[in-house]
Amino acid sequence: MRLRDIAHARTGDKGDTSQICVFAREADHFPLLERALTAQRVADHLAMLKPRRIERHVLPNLGAVNFVLHGALSGGVTRSLALDAHGKTLGAQLLDMEMGDA
Amino acid sequence: MTRILIGAGAGFAGDRIEPAVELIEKGDLDYLCFECLAERTIALAQLARQRDPAAGYDPRLEKRMRAVLRPAMERGVRIVSNMGAANPLAAMQAALGVARELGLKGIRMAAVLGDNVLSAISGQDHPLIDRDGALADLNPISANAYLGAFPIARALDEGAQVIFTGRVCDPALFLGPMIHAFGWAEDDWTRLARGTVVGHLLECAGQLTGGYFADPGVKDVPDLARLGFPLAEVSEDGDAVLTKVAGSGGRLSLASAREQAMYEILDPARYLQADVVADFTSLSLTELGPDRIAVSGAQGHPRPEKLKVSVGYRDGFIGEGQITYAGPGAVARGQLALEIVKERIAMLGLPVEDIRYDLIGVNSANVTAQMGDPAEVRARVAARAPDAATAAEIGAEVEALYLNGPSGGGGVTTSLREVVAVASVLIGRDAVSPSILHEVS
Repeated sequence: MRLRDIAHARTGDKGDTSQICVFAREADHFPLLERALTAQRVADHLAMLKPRRIERHVLPNLGAVNFVLHGALSGGVTRSLALDAHGKTLGAQLLDMEMGDA
Repeated sequence: MTRILIGAGAGFAGDRIEPAVELIEKGDLDYLCFECLAERTIALAQLARQRDPAAGYDPRLEKRMRAVLRPAMERGVRIVSNMGAANPLAAMQAALGVARELGLKGIRMAAVLGDNVLSAISGQDHPLIDRDGALADLNPISANAYLGAFPIARALDEGAQVIFTGRVCDPALFLGPMIHAFGWAEDDWTRLARGTVVGHLLECAGQLTGGYFADPGVKDVPDLARLGFPLAEVSEDGDAVLTKVAGSGGRLSLASAREQAMYEILDPARYLQADVVADFTSLSLTELGPDRIAVSGAQGHPRPEKLKVSVGYRDGFIGEGQITYAGPGAVARGQLALEIVKERIAMLGLPVEDIRYDLIGVNSANVTAQMGDPAEVRARVAARAPDAATAAEIGAEVEALYLNGPSGGGGVTTSLREVVAVASVLIGRDAVSPSILHEVS
């Protein structure tokens, strides 16, 4: 099972910081999402970004697990050389994560 | 008044105009807010103003005003926008010009000034808040403080029907009308936070109603070509119902509202705004019916001591070139193209500071997966250089691949742009003193 099978995501950016919030599609899936989606697993999946620091926030009221990736956007939209300088596609890429046995 | 209706007429500078007109005509609105100022837009607008003192506001302002002024004034809808960008006064003058051209007399307009703090910070030093370094390392061309909602509320108190701001917190565009209508106090943290949350949900306009949300077969959204923009029915206590005009495209669902609630707020327990710190951890979103979502329960904490300032500075030039390869072996030929350019740049000794080699269709945006051989790839080289001539060489080297590179390359494009980057610092509130200017058409 992939994360996309049980979750949806929205990605945004502030300067050099990327924020990816992942939401359970059904309330029943939230505990699994919360258990499986550790900061370490997100860091591993997006390792090529080399973020300076990752924050994780759990929001049961919104069925959400939120990640803030500091220093992940090559300087941010104004100075990054990346084609997707905002990093807007990252959430969709995170949804490709294999859930494994979590 | 126990309830006001606020609509979102734009979520970014390039947004469509029809949904705003639709909201005015069918939304029974009291206020329509246009959020048109991205993090970096104001620095570019400051450059435009340096070249022409009458410029520096949103280039689509006149077009928007021609479309909305008459229907808005006929229905008593008041307009608030940050389309003033680097020049709110010139924005107001331009809108007055449109009003006179349309024969609309007696419209009261206002400009909120005071966000430009470039002279206040010159000679000062502050640490950058989002990365290492300090203000002294930069050579600022602009510095704009994020103002709060109270100057907007005051302009409305003073009778303005159309208001242009420069840099303000995005949700403040919506919070201003609430403060004006309900008389909320400057330390009513709960209501200010709730109003901020509603403003935040509205600020990206179509993103709440299913824009930037659709994923066919997984998250379907009907009629995106006629996406309707959202409105909120806000009550005195700051709770609200979000909805959209009946018959408009899109879908306002629990899922779309949740995505927008969390969009770009970073720490959900501490969403920092000029007027309040909003806490989303107790926020409740409830589906009342089709395209109707109730918002309640956000908590507020006292406003931050300092204000965020967005500092714009020149940061060299970026040159770029792209070329496409298709058919069998496309990836190998694209890779060879990139290696040739890499060797050429070393051979020529170009003083580039930073460079990127991408195969679009393989690894230009994708940081996670390995792919097989796609039907086509686009080789891309982008580099930062201290001067325009060096940056332009990047595009030239890619273009030269036409006759000097792998077989079957086509569709070269090149670009060169000056980089105006932004960084953020915090300054004391005493360095900022907003003011309001009024004029009647």
